[in-house]
Amino acid sequence: MPIQYYIYLCLALFSIGIIGALTRRNVIIVFMCIELMFNAVNLLLVAFSKMHLAAASISDKASTVGSDGQLFVFFIMVVAAAEVSVGLAIIVMLFRNTHSVDINFLNRLKN
Amino acid sequence: MNAIIVSALLGVVMMFSGILLKNKSTLKYIAIGGLLLLLIANLFQTYGVYTVVVNSHELLRFQKFGLFFNTIAITATLIYVILSGKDIENAGNYPAEYFALIFFVLCGVSILCGFNSLLMLFLGIEILSIPLYILTGSDKRNLKSNEASLKYFLMGAFTAGIMLMGIALIYGATGSFGISSPSIISTPTGGTSVPRASYLEIAGVLLLFVAMCFKVSAAPFHFWTPDVYDGAPSVFTSFMATIVKVAGFFAFIRLLEGQSAILGPTWKILLSFVIIATLLIGNITAVFQQSVKRMLAYSSIAQAGFMLFALYSASDIAKEGILLYAAAYSLATIGIFAVLIKMKDYTLDGFNGLAKTEPVLALTTTICLLSLSGIPLTAGFFAKYYMLASVVKTGTGLWLVIVAVLFAAVSVYYYFRVIQAMYFKEGVAETTEITAGFKAGLVFVAALIVLIGVLPSVLLNYFYF
Repeated sequence: MPIQYYIYLCLALFSIGIIGALTRRNVIIVFMCIELMFNAVNLLLVAFSKMHLAAASISDKASTVGSDGQLFVFFIMVVAAAEVSVGLAIIVMLFRNTHSVDINFLNRLKN
Repeated sequence: MNAIIVSALLGVVMMFSGILLKNKSTLKYIAIGGLLLLLIANLFQTYGVYTVVVNSHELLRFQKFGLFFNTIAITATLIYVILSGKDIENAGNYPAEYFALIFFVLCGVSILCGFNSLLMLFLGIEILSIPLYILTGSDKRNLKSNEASLKYFLMGAFTAGIMLMGIALIYGATGSFGISSPSIISTPTGGTSVPRASYLEIAGVLLLFVAMCFKVSAAPFHFWTPDVYDGAPSVFTSFMATIVKVAGFFAFIRLLEGQSAILGPTWKILLSFVIIATLLIGNITAVFQQSVKRMLAYSSIAQAGFMLFALYSASDIAKEGILLYAAAYSLATIGIFAVLIKMKDYTLDGFNGLAKTEPVLALTTTICLLSLSGIPLTAGFFAKYYMLASVVKTGTGLWLVIVAVLFAAVSVYYYFRVIQAMYFKEGVAETTEITAGFKAGLVFVAALIVLIGVLPSVLLNYFYF
């Protein structure tokens, strides 16, 4: 499959993530949208990694070009997991105090 | 490399000391000892003594400039812990963890001082940010703290997503994560040209730029800053607004040194827009604040506008300037926050008559405020001077310098309102108990600010030797 398809798919997923994070009111869903952004990037990195490998292996069959892109994906997964653990703890803390996970709550700090 | 390993280990040590020690007050001394150890480890590396040698395959590259910056960050943290250690212990129920998280943040700062790959940039930013989300929410029963923590977390994670997209696009265009992009090729005349920077790469660099603007709270991506700084426990606001912020700036400069050429001439236009917006919003909004804590939050946005000048000129003098600025800004802000934490009332009226009840506190706060507004004989003056001089030397953007000076004049107004409240208004400023040691620490900070202000070469010569 041509690389463009992957790029379009990833950009679509990423845009869904951004739009969701900016418009939804439920903290958990906002959070899921942010995770979607991360995963769109993961997919894109893997696709680019394969693209660079395919380009390099025309001249050199044993090329390892592009492995760094796939390594990056693992780092993103680990960091995303760390962020989830902290983020969910924060949401639980908020829920204990307010009994709600609505983001409109955040307007109280404005003044 | 020394600093990264030592700070991560010290974080673990602090966590365990929280389990093993029942006495809260010893934690502060362990943290101070740990920070001294960290400082020594970093200085060792600066002068070529490696305790650990790790082959990072060019992911990390430590230069003297970065290491020196790290020294400033660690020293500022040391002063911060000495001054406000007691308040860190009282911020919540788990003091050992707070110190541990501070060490983990320093680990992130150390990575940002030496990153040579976008992977390390990402890891550094995240290691720096994730502990801060927790620190912001450390006052668990306080709704404002919860709110600030959630807001900071959502903003931070969203920014991380944007940054990752930028990195992925750059990777797609160039095939590497190096920070000096291979698509910039030196022309025979010595200048750099961009032969075929693809749209993919341009979009990637722009996304990275936006993400870093979020991190250093430059306008128009500053909106989370006042709320988060206001809601977080004051001790941790002090840490966030100083050490973490200047570390973000350092990473910003190091990153865009290599990448900004891709954007071509539009880069300067884009950056001057961001600088003007940051100065405008930071300074003008700060004028209308009644709470000193919130005023300091806006002032930190305004100071970010000045630090962006280093990015604009991108020369050696600007690099010296950013070191000086980091030191001057961190010292002054840590000093003011240390006093602010002791106040019972954070509004301007709460400072009324402080000079009568606590003359030492009032005097040191005044020196810190003078430094922030850039009055001569304080560190802040030379910091601003170096920043603006570096832009003047580039020969372009003189109008930007004029605008900056005008806004510096505006900033004097809101800083002096605090001084006016302390010295010329009637009232009884209520403070919590103040020890002689705390006063001595404040006097030391004020002395340091004046020393750097009179002899900036003390700091900068050290950089070169």
